[in-house]
Amino acid sequence: MLIHRRPNGLDLPFSSEITPRSVFESRRSFIKQMALGSIAGGALFASASAMAQGGNGQKLAAKPNGSYIVADKETSYQDVTTYNNFYEFGTDKSEPAHYASTLQTHPWQISIEGEVKKPLVLDLDSLMKLAPLEERVYRHRCVEGWSMVIPWVGYSLSALLKKVEPTGNAKYVEFTSLADKKQMPGVRSPVLEWPYVEGLRIDEANHPLTLLTLGLYGEVLPNQNGAPVRIAVPWKYGFKSAKSIVKIRFTKDQPRTAWNLAAPQEYGFYSNVNPEVDHPRWSQASERRIGEDGLFTKKRKTLMFNGYGDVASLYTGMDLKKYF
Amino acid sequence: MFNPTPRQFTALKAALFVLALLPFVRLVAFTLLDRLGANPVEFITRNTGDWTLYFLCFTLAVTPLRRLLSWNWLLKLRRMTGLYAFFYATLHFTTFLWFDHFFDVDEMWKDVVKRPFITIGFIAFVLLIPLALTSTNGMIRRLGGKRWQWLHRLVYVVAPLGILHFWWMKAGKHDFAQPILFGAIIAALLLLRVVWAVAKGRAAKGLPEPA
Repeated sequence: MLIHRRPNGLDLPFSSEITPRSVFESRRSFIKQMALGSIAGGALFASASAMAQGGNGQKLAAKPNGSYIVADKETSYQDVTTYNNFYEFGTDKSEPAHYASTLQTHPWQISIEGEVKKPLVLDLDSLMKLAPLEERVYRHRCVEGWSMVIPWVGYSLSALLKKVEPTGNAKYVEFTSLADKKQMPGVRSPVLEWPYVEGLRIDEANHPLTLLTLGLYGEVLPNQNGAPVRIAVPWKYGFKSAKSIVKIRFTKDQPRTAWNLAAPQEYGFYSNVNPEVDHPRWSQASERRIGEDGLFTKKRKTLMFNGYGDVASLYTGMDLKKYF
Repeated sequence: MFNPTPRQFTALKAALFVLALLPFVRLVAFTLLDRLGANPVEFITRNTGDWTLYFLCFTLAVTPLRRLLSWNWLLKLRRMTGLYAFFYATLHFTTFLWFDHFFDVDEMWKDVVKRPFITIGFIAFVLLIPLALTSTNGMIRRLGGKRWQWLHRLVYVVAPLGILHFWWMKAGKHDFAQPILFGAIIAALLLLRVVWAVAKGRAAKGLPEPA
């Protein structure tokens, strides 16, 4: 895809460049046929690429917000929706696309509670209308050393914070994901403590970059990407961005987050993208951009805070090697 | 008891050779057809690692199967399965050296030393090299059967190291189902040998075999 420079200086893709859904779907059925044919020819040749379960395709009108659109080339809809870490649907990255169709996103309620003056239970429609929807193109860096560029749809979480009015005791925000064995086969396996819990410090949650996310690529979130509502915190490793959220709690104490509980020496509470702090089992100095950095391309350098240097002021005076 | 004629055996061996090569052919085909998924390096790394473990299991299964089924001819296929284990381990290592480090040996070396799961995998790979090099009839003759056999017992170390490497890799995801399965298979195959060795020792001393 060519990046066209618009006169206003924004690097927005023209809608004509985004693969139309129908074309994408016909590609999928082609892949499906290939896979079926290959099963006949021996299971050995089953396709490596997952068959995507797209969203229901419902469009989500959003105004691009030029302040939050990176110039990097967007990762294809195919890769964004078939290469996912979403353990509630299995630990293999192809599994969410295969199994997330069982997730029921309607009706959906999200409860906002804890240290707030105005606790709330919101349904999806009210959540959609709480603030104007924006399109923002964020870099997404996984702790495993790969990255994508994703056009999300949503609004700053701070809009929600303003509405519920956190009390002076609210130092942290805790996000709880749905954990329903009936809808989520992965929850039967003991890989993590369920439900999945993530959290941010209140000032991080209030930072305008922190996006309450309801869609991607101009449509409602596909199930495998954390439908119907997730968070996107682009300067932190991907696992900090909780998916399929049912509860947002404001707390005095630091939330006990899922990965931090599972392996505290590997996954810190902060988990800011930081090329200087290695994961114990691999380096975080570089990353592979999905769809671009192929077999014969060198990995690209990872940027501090994933290139979102604005957030540095949140951490002045903090030793980020200690609070990794 | 199945005992193939020389002609049947030749056909069997040829079929096994081709079958064992198919995972590699598939990788090459998928690479050319751009069907390795979103993260090709990850796909190749995992796939070659898996096949190394499969072939280590096949190789270690030869002796128990031979004894349990009295299929002595199986022994004549073991060199091939062992060399295939080495072949896929070499591809696995090459993926790491090439696609992860672009032949930057310094960088690779840092990774090997700094990260225990890579250290273990690397040691296991290095230990396979002398076994591959001494796999020819000439080398067996030169070393003498006894010494050759002792050397090749290194595979009893290599296989558990391979499992440990896999285990550690999966530890980050808390996903032990596969390492447990592979570990149980290898443990069973090695344990059978211990049981037989103990029984043989008792027999040699004229002690009664345990009931």
